[in-house]
Amino acid sequence: MLRQMEGSQAVAEAVALCRPEVICAYPISPQTHIVEALSRLVTGGRLKPCEYVNVESEFAALSACIGASAAGARTYTATASQGLLYMTEALYNASGLGLPVVMTVANRAIGAPINIWNDHSDSMSQRDSGWIQLYAESNQEAVDLHVQAFALAEELSLPVMVCMDGFVLTHAFERVDLPSQEQVDAFLPPYEPRQVLDPDDPVSIGAMVGPEAFTEVRYLGHLRQLAALERIPHLAARFERGFGRACGGLVRGYRTEDADTIVLALGSVLGTLKDVADELRQDGMRIGVAGLTTFRPFPLHAVRKVLGRARRVVVLERAFSLGAGGIVAAEVRSALAGNGADVFTVVAGLGGRAVTKASLRLLLTGGPGEPLTFLDLNQDLVAGELRRAGRARRSGPPAENLLRDLAGGV
Amino acid sequence: MPVERTKFYQVGSFAVGNRLLPPEQRAVQASPDRGNSLTCGHRACRGCGEALGARWAVDAAISATAGRMVVVNATGCLEVFSTPYPESSWQVSWIHSLFGNAPAVATGVAAALRAKGRTEVRVVGQGGDGGTVDIGFACLSGMFERDDDVLYICYDNQAYMNTGVQRSGATPPAARTATTPLPGQAFGQGKNVPLIAMAHEIPYVATATVADLRDLEYKVRRAMEFRGARYLHVLVPCPLGWVTAACDTIRVARLATESGLFPVFEAERGEVTGVTKIRRRVPVDDYLRLQGRYAHLFGDPPKTDVIARIQAGADRNVRRFGLVD
Ligand SMILES: Cc1ncc(C[n+]2csc(CCOP(=O)(O)OP(=O)(O)O)c2C)c(N)n1
Ligand code: SF4
Ligand SMILES: [Mg+2]
Repeated sequence: MLRQMEGSQAVAEAVALCRPEVICAYPISPQTHIVEALSRLVTGGRLKPCEYVNVESEFAALSACIGASAAGARTYTATASQGLLYMTEALYNASGLGLPVVMTVANRAIGAPINIWNDHSDSMSQRDSGWIQLYAESNQEAVDLHVQAFALAEELSLPVMVCMDGFVLTHAFERVDLPSQEQVDAFLPPYEPRQVLDPDDPVSIGAMVGPEAFTEVRYLGHLRQLAALERIPHLAARFERGFGRACGGLVRGYRTEDADTIVLALGSVLGTLKDVADELRQDGMRIGVAGLTTFRPFPLHAVRKVLGRARRVVVLERAFSLGAGGIVAAEVRSALAGNGADVFTVVAGLGGRAVTKASLRLLLTGGPGEPLTFLDLNQDLVAGELRRAGRARRSGPPAENLLRDLAGGV
Repeated sequence: MPVERTKFYQVGSFAVGNRLLPPEQRAVQASPDRGNSLTCGHRACRGCGEALGARWAVDAAISATAGRMVVVNATGCLEVFSTPYPESSWQVSWIHSLFGNAPAVATGVAAALRAKGRTEVRVVGQGGDGGTVDIGFACLSGMFERDDDVLYICYDNQAYMNTGVQRSGATPPAARTATTPLPGQAFGQGKNVPLIAMAHEIPYVATATVADLRDLEYKVRRAMEFRGARYLHVLVPCPLGWVTAACDTIRVARLATESGLFPVFEAERGEVTGVTKIRRRVPVDDYLRLQGRYAHLFGDPPKTDVIARIQAGADRNVRRFGLVD
């Protein structure tokens, strides 16, 4: 059914259609509207049987999800930013135990400086946690990916993060086609756990494992991630047959077939990038866009295929590894190893800074550029702080200094 | 002339012999049908109070629930000595997730069972004092405050034993640990989690020790009669960390209560409903002297001022809980 609605409401409706039995969450912007809506659906009796547990922290939220999932319940949580980091220990635990929890990450920057706006620093920081990571480009995709996420998680006994850009998607009102309960039920069978806490058939879950088998347990987790590379395209195809629209998959190309330059990115910025590509094509530039839906597991072959014969690959990242550079770009470079393409990392849109068409046009029509650049970086502001730090030992808190400089019109 | 009623107590232990009781009054452990939750083969130290306490407590819970239960275990000695294959020794549905999240995992298990309409299956969480009063404290308080249907058992050996005897929020004054070198743990620190649990006004809070295992069994059984959050704090001496003889575990635990240092009581919805009276009060010296972690108090000359401060703490417990008639 087509509806005009907020992204968070749409995701809450989609999650409810998946019939989770336990939801535990802790509020953090920009995730709040999702869990508020779900608590209403549970309290109002529209989502049942389902327990909504208000916990005292994100650590407790995911921990309760671990218990619920191990007890055989379909389990959901949502968080962002500081909350995701506060869960970290439990994130590794959920994946290590092989528990298919589904979580929405309403992507937001990580402090300090504290910042509630959108980038991908939070989920990128958990890329090695053993969770599958899917990134939504639009609210429609966020809805559809959640339905696929439960199916994928339960089939593989692996937890799945559905990442959607905070505010940009979570708080945006867009037209969304919500699936019917019948469609979702036909797509998503009831949860059949591989391991369950059942007094009739006692097992020990989470026993200590020494060097004799730890590598093998880890390797099996890796194999399940690799299996996801096979399962995700199948699921996407089955989804398209059942719901009549394409969504998900590993990586999608837009006007990439004959492109010399391809910009690869994740999330909502893809919309802007496609517009820019269309405009530049009119100016005669052979440019395409690759949208990475699945970041973990990383689809090396699919990425290599979609980037095909491009000579210039620009990876537009909403996060980066301080002291090293692009996170996604490092993966792309290994995907393209030996193919001769130049890979550039452009860090853009940190902490909610708008990624504008004008800046992207400038970037893409300019010269080859440096291997690592920061879009719209205010060099004067940076230089001012570096001067200040060089002049005096006690130069003060940098964040406050910059704000003062800005107010003073540097 | 006062008449002394005949008591069938073993010498010194105050524990009544099973053979003298009618079968229905005998200990769960005396029954050939006991749960045997924690079987032999685990790798706890000789004389480990925690292994003893956990077996009695979980078996009592199995008996109270007819085996319809799930155990959630925090990281710590109990988890480490009981799970590495082939020493895995749990005969119940059992999960270990992390050090600091056992109460929250238990909450999740209980929520799942509720959603599935299987509330006849009960949930028991358990961990050491570190996992309970320190790193897991927020999760514990949250579980209490929401009144989740979980019995949480803390096996208190008064330090982080699994990592080599470091101080915890339950380490008592003057005790030496690897991170409270002499003169030992400071006075005026630490927290009393049974009282904090009572402040949450949860249905049931109790303390127990491995010196009175029938009382421990009773308290587990009693706890299982309630729905909602329940807390049981069990003193479990640790020969390694307390530097006591393995054969003295029960004796040390008994002296902890008989000196007044560890009050044994139960409370419902924040009010004390029962106190185990001290039968034969002993000075704290008797308790401290047996333990190497207090050896520095008994040098030449002994630290009488420190011992007096510890005694004052015991006296306060006696007054506060009415431990002596
Ligand atoms: C987050 C985290 N911090 C520290 C540890 C290391 N650690 C494991 S067990 C333990 C001590 C356990 O102490 P306690 O809970 O009192 O149980 P005990 O071993 O004394 O029975 C510590 C510090 C850990 N596993 N996880
Ligand atoms: S160190 Fe203490 S608590 Fe741990 S197994 Fe040994 S006696 Fe038991
Ligand atoms: Mg301890």
